[in-house]
Amino acid sequence: MWQLLQIELLKIFRKPRTYISFGAIAAMVVIIQIALKFDGQSYIEFLVGSLKDSLEIPYDHILNGYFVCFIILNLLLIHIPLLIALVAGDSVAGEANMGTLRMLVSKPVSRTTLMISKFLAIVIYTGLLLIWLAFISLLLSVLVFGTNDILIARNDALEIIGKNDVIWRYLAAFAFAALALTTVAALAFLLSVFADNSIGPIVSTISIVIVFTILSEMQIPLYDRTVKPFLFTSHMLAWKGFFYTKVDPGGSSLPGTIENIRAIGKSSGILLAYIFGFVSAAILVFNKKDILS
Amino acid sequence: MKSKLLSIFFLAGSFLLVEMPVVHAQDPAALMNDIRKKMEKIADYEAEARLKTEVPFLKVPDATVRIYYKRPDKVRIKNQNGISLVPRETTSISLYQVLHSPSQALDAGREVIRGIPVRIIKLLPSDENGDLILATIYVDPNLLMILKAKTTSRRNGTNEVELYYGKFLATGLPDKIIFTFNSQEFKLPKGVTFDYDDGSTRKKQEVTGNQQGKIEITYLDYSINKGIPDSLFR
Repeated sequence: MWQLLQIELLKIFRKPRTYISFGAIAAMVVIIQIALKFDGQSYIEFLVGSLKDSLEIPYDHILNGYFVCFIILNLLLIHIPLLIALVAGDSVAGEANMGTLRMLVSKPVSRTTLMISKFLAIVIYTGLLLIWLAFISLLLSVLVFGTNDILIARNDALEIIGKNDVIWRYLAAFAFAALALTTVAALAFLLSVFADNSIGPIVSTISIVIVFTILSEMQIPLYDRTVKPFLFTSHMLAWKGFFYTKVDPGGSSLPGTIENIRAIGKSSGILLAYIFGFVSAAILVFNKKDILS
Repeated sequence: MKSKLLSIFFLAGSFLLVEMPVVHAQDPAALMNDIRKKMEKIADYEAEARLKTEVPFLKVPDATVRIYYKRPDKVRIKNQNGISLVPRETTSISLYQVLHSPSQALDAGREVIRGIPVRIIKLLPSDENGDLILATIYVDPNLLMILKAKTTSRRNGTNEVELYYGKFLATGLPDKIIFTFNSQEFKLPKGVTFDYDDGSTRKKQEVTGNQQGKIEITYLDYSINKGIPDSLFR
C-alpha cells in the first residue's frame, strides 16, 4: 500500500499541471495582498458601509495579517476546488487516456487497494496545497501587515475577535477546509472513473461546484428548505463557523467560544458522508469496470 | 467653657457651610452656572477604562481602552491593544461643550434617578441654526452633579448619557458612563460575505432605519490636568 501510495504521489508530482495550482494560489494571494497593502482602506470602507458615519473606524488596526488572511480565504476557498479538480479528475481518467490503466490493473494488486492509494495521494496533494495556502496567506500576511484583532464581516453583523483568540480558529478552519476540499477531490475522483480523458471529470466537477455554490448562496426559500441543507457546498463554508463567537447577555462577544459548534460538527459529518459515498462509489464502479484502454 | 462650646459650634457650623453642598432652590440658570464652574476645574484628563459595546449588529469583546479628554470638546477613545469601534459623536460624553454653548436654561421639573432627587433643566440654544437643538440635563442639586443628559442635535439625532459617581466623586468625574446613541443599519450582500448558515438562533435585527447602540465606559483611573497634546486627537 505504502509503495503504491509513493508511486501515485510520484505520478502526481511529476506532472507539470500539479504545480499550476501552487503557482496560481501564490499569484492570487500575492495580488490580493498587494491590492490590500495599497488600498485596503477602500475595501474596509466598503465592508463597513455607512457605519463609518456613526462609528470611528480604526482602519490601520483593522488592516492586519489576520484580517487579510480571512479575506483571502473568503475569496479563494471558492476557487481552490477548481484547482483540486485538476489533479483529482485526472487520477483515473488520465491513466485511461494515456493507456496505462490496463497495465496498472493487471498488476497483482486489488483494484480497491489501487483506488484507495490513488485517493490517498489526492488527499495528500490537497493537504499540501492547503499548507501552501496557509503559509502564504496567513504567514506572509502576518509578516507584511502585522497582527491585531480580527474584524469579521457577516451579512448582518460585524464581529471582532481578540488577536490572542485567532490562531486556534485558523488551525481549526484550515483543518475543516482540508475536509471540504477532500469532498471536492472525492467527487472529481468518482467522475474520473467514468471518463477516458481528464477534461470531462475536471469540467464536470467544476460545473457541479459552481451550480451547487450558486444554489447555496441564493436566498430562495424553496431551495433554502429543501435542497440547500444537503448540498456539500453549503457545508464547505463551515470553516467560517470557527470565527463566529457566542455573546453574553449584555451583547459582548465571549473569547474562546464558537457560536454553533454543533452545526460545524453536523457539517463535518455531512462532508465525511459525501467523501465516503463518493469514494465507495468510485471503488465500486472501478471494480466492475471493463477496462479496455 | 461656654465660650469654648460656642467656638466649637461655630467651627462645626463653618465646616458645614463650606462642605455641605448648597441646597439649590435657585433658578435653573444659576444652577447651571454652578455646574459650569465645577466643570471648569477639569481642563483635561487621561483615563484607563473598560469599554463594553452593545450595538445590535456588533459582536465585540470587552476591551481596556485609554480615554483622552481636553476642554472644550476633544474626546478620544483609543484601544492600543486591539480594535474598538466607538461612536463618532463623543462630545456628549464630556458634556462641556453642551453646557457651555450659549443657551437659555428652563426648569422642567423634578425626578428621582437611581434614588437621587434631581432637577430637570432644559437648555435651549440661543443659536437657532447651530447643531444642538435641545439638551435636557438631570442634575443632583446637592452635589452639583449631572446624572443624566439627553442631547438632540441635527447631525446625530438624540443621544443619552447616564453618569454614575463613586470613588472619583471628589474630582467631579464619573466612575461609569452609559452612552446611548443612534447607529446606522448594517447589511452586506450575502454574495460578498459568503456567510456560513449555522442555523443559530441569533436574533435577526430589524434593519429599518436607525438603531440604538450603547457603550458602557467604566473608569479605572484618572490622570487629571496633566496636559494632553492636541496631536493625540487627530
